[in-house]
Amino acid sequence: MSLQVEPRILPSMSTIRLRNVSKVFGDDSHKARALLQEGRSRDEILAETGYVVAVRDVNLDIEDGEIFVVMGLSGSGKSTLIRCINRLHPVTTGEVLIDGEDIVSASTDRLRELRRSKLAMVFQHFGLFPHRTVQENVEYGLKMQKMDVDERRARSETALEQVGLEGWGNRRPGDLSGGMQQRVGLARALATDADVLLMDEAFSALDPLIRREMQDDLLTLQRDLGKTIVFITHDLNEALKLGDHTAIMRDGQVVQVGTADEIVSQPSTEYVLEFTRDVDRSRVLTVGSIMRQPDTLVQGRDTVRTASARMRASDSDYMVLVDSNRQPLGLVLEEYVGPAIQRGVNDLGDVVSDSFVSCSTDDLLIDTYDSVIERQCIVAIDEHGQLAGVAEHLDILSSLAPATEITPAVSRSSHPANAHASTEAGAEQTLPAESTR
Amino acid sequence: MLDIFGHKTIPLEDWAEDFTFWLVREYRPFFQGVKWPVEQLLENIQDFLLWLPDWVVILILVLIAFRVAGRNVAIFTALSMMVIGFLGLWNEAMVSLAMVASAVLICALIGIPLGILTARSNWADQLVRPLLDAMQTTPSFVYLVPVVMLFSTGTVAGVIATLVFAMPPIVRLTNLGIRGVSPEAVEAAYAFGAEPRQVLIDVQIPLALRTIMAGLNQTLMMAMSMIVIASIIGAGGLGQPVRQGINNLQPGLAVIGGVSVVLLAMVLDRITQALATTDS
Ligand SMILES: Nc1ncnc2c1ncn2[C@@H]1O[C@H](COP(=O)(O)OP(=O)(O)O)[C@@H](O)[C@H]1O
Ligand SMILES: [Mg+2]
Repeated sequence: MSLQVEPRILPSMSTIRLRNVSKVFGDDSHKARALLQEGRSRDEILAETGYVVAVRDVNLDIEDGEIFVVMGLSGSGKSTLIRCINRLHPVTTGEVLIDGEDIVSASTDRLRELRRSKLAMVFQHFGLFPHRTVQENVEYGLKMQKMDVDERRARSETALEQVGLEGWGNRRPGDLSGGMQQRVGLARALATDADVLLMDEAFSALDPLIRREMQDDLLTLQRDLGKTIVFITHDLNEALKLGDHTAIMRDGQVVQVGTADEIVSQPSTEYVLEFTRDVDRSRVLTVGSIMRQPDTLVQGRDTVRTASARMRASDSDYMVLVDSNRQPLGLVLEEYVGPAIQRGVNDLGDVVSDSFVSCSTDDLLIDTYDSVIERQCIVAIDEHGQLAGVAEHLDILSSLAPATEITPAVSRSSHPANAHASTEAGAEQTLPAESTR
Repeated sequence: MLDIFGHKTIPLEDWAEDFTFWLVREYRPFFQGVKWPVEQLLENIQDFLLWLPDWVVILILVLIAFRVAGRNVAIFTALSMMVIGFLGLWNEAMVSLAMVASAVLICALIGIPLGILTARSNWADQLVRPLLDAMQTTPSFVYLVPVVMLFSTGTVAGVIATLVFAMPPIVRLTNLGIRGVSPEAVEAAYAFGAEPRQVLIDVQIPLALRTIMAGLNQTLMMAMSMIVIASIIGAGGLGQPVRQGINNLQPGLAVIGGVSVVLLAMVLDRITQALATTDS
C-alpha cells in the first residue's frame, strides 16, 4: 500500500562502493577463497576448517553526504564489515572503492594516507587513550598528519567546541562520563576533517537518554558537515532515525537495503519483518509513503452534478477540489452535494468546505495525529503546493500496524548496478488502480 | 628375571657431557664475547656503589623510595640499610646489589623487546614459550656446571646464571601486558594512520607499563633469590657469608647473611612494587 513519491535523486559524487566483499577469519586466505568460490555455506566452512565467514558477498553503494546505517544482530558481521572499509581487516575477496580508489590494493603508505586524511573512526567503547589528556586524544589524528602544534591546538579546540566539550581539554578521559567520552571520540574523528566517518556502534554503550541526545546532536552536526557516515547499530529504531539508507545484515550477508520507510513497510525477508515488529512506525513512516490518490474535481471544469455522478460511481463520500494548477481548494463532501443539487446550485465553489488540513508529504505520521482526529482526511501537498495525495484515518491507523507479510524485493546488494531499482519497482506494483485524470 | 634398567639405555649423561665439552672447545670465543659486556656492566656498577660513601647510597635509596613508594617505605629502607651496615655486611650488600642490578638491567634490555615480539607474533610466542618454561623450571643447580665451564667461576658467572633464571617473568609479563591493551585503543591508533612503531610507543607500551613493571619486580625478586645459590660458583656478595656459614658450621655467619638478603630483597621489592601500582 505504500508509494514512493519522490525517487531519491542520485548525487553526482559517490563515496564508498563495496563490491563482492567477503571476509573470512582463518589463517590460510587461499584456502578461504577457494571455499567461498565453491559456494560452501558458512556453517560447512566453520565445521570443516574452523574458519569464520564474517562477511560474505556484500555489495553496497554509500553515497556522498549520507548517513548509511548497517544494522544486524550481534555476530552478524557489522564490525568486520566497517573495518573492511578502512582495512583494519583486510578483505578476503572483493573491492572497497573510496571515491573510485580501491583501498584493498592500496600500498601501505597510501593506506595510511587515506586513514589520516579521509577515513575517521568512532568506536563502541570509545577507543580513547586513557594516559593522554582529552586534548591530546583529539589531536591524535592531526599528529599523524604531522600538523604543527599550534594548528593542532586550534583544530582540536574547534572540534571540542563542536561536540560541546570546550574547557575539558586538560582532563583525562577517565574523568569524563561515558557520553562525554564518546564526544571526545567524535571530536577526535571530526578534527581530522575526514570526509568519511566510520561509527561502529558508537552510541550502543550509552544510557538511553544520553544516547538519544547523541543521536540528535549527530543529526544536527551532520546538517552542517555533510559527511559520509557509515553507522553501525544493532538497534533498528536507531537505524531508522539516523539512516538515509539502512542495510540489514544477517550471518555476514546483506538481506535488505532501503530507506526507513521501505524497510518498515516492505520488509523483504522474515528476518527483517521480525525486526520491524517493535518499531514505532509513526516516527518512521511519512505521509507520502502511506497516502492514496483521491478522486479530484477541477474548479471551473467540474460541476456539482458531475461531482454527484462520479461519487455515486466510485462509491466515495468525498472528493478533493483543485484549481487548474492542481493546488487543493478543499473537500467536496457527498452530504452537501445532494442538497446543493436540490437548491439548484451548480458551482463547486459554493459547496466546498475549505477548512481542510494540509501537510507535507515528508511529515511523519506522528505529526499528523492532532489534525487527523477531527477531519475525514488530511491532504498532502508536494513542494510545489500541488496536491500529492490524501491520507484518511484508516490509512494512518492501518499503516501503524506492523507489516505482516514480506515483500520480496530485488535486493540492492545483489544488483549493484540498479542501486535503486527495487524501490521503483515496488512503487509501481503498489500504485492504486484508480489514478487521477 | 630380566634386568631392563640394569644399564643405561638412554646415554643422556654422555650426550650432555659431550655437548658441553664441544661447546666449550668450539665456542669459547663466543662465550667470552658474551661475558665481556656483562663483566663491564657489573664491575662499573659495583665499583661505583663501593666508591660512594655508604650514607650517600642510603640517601639515594631513601629518596627513590620516598618518590615512588612514599614515606613508610622510605623509613623502612633507611632502617634496613642501616641494619645491614651495622651487621658488618655493607660491602657484601653493595656487591649483591650490583649483581642484581646488572642482571635486572640485562633482563629488561633483552626481555622487554622479546616480550613485545611474542605479543605481536603468535609464531614467536609459540617458539619462546617452551624455552621460558624450561628456564623457569630447570633447577638452577643443574646449569651451574655448564655456566662454570663456559664462563669460569666468580661474580660474572653468577650474574649469567641469574639471567637464565630471572629472565622469564619480564618476557611473560611484557607479552601479557601488550596483549592486554584495549584492542579498540590499538585499532584507534591504526585507524588514524599510525605506523606499527607509533602504535607501540604511543599506545601499547604506555598502557602495558604497569604489567611490565610487575614483571620487572618479579624478575628482580628471582634475581635476589639467586644471590645465595650463585655464591656456590664463587659469586661474591651476601651469599658468601651464608655459604661459609654452611661450610664451616658457623650458624652466626649464615644468619647475618640471611637477614641481610631478606632486608635487601624487601627494600627492592617495596620500591619496584610501587612502580607497578602507581598511575603511569
Ligand atoms: N578477529 C576475529 N577472529 C575470528 N573471528 C572473528 C574475529 N572477529 C570477529 N569474528 C567473528 O566474525 C563474526 C562477526 O563478528 P562481528 O563483525 O564482530 O559482528 P558484529 O559486529 O555484527 O557483532 C562473529 O562470528 C565473530 O565471532
Ligand atoms: Mg560489533
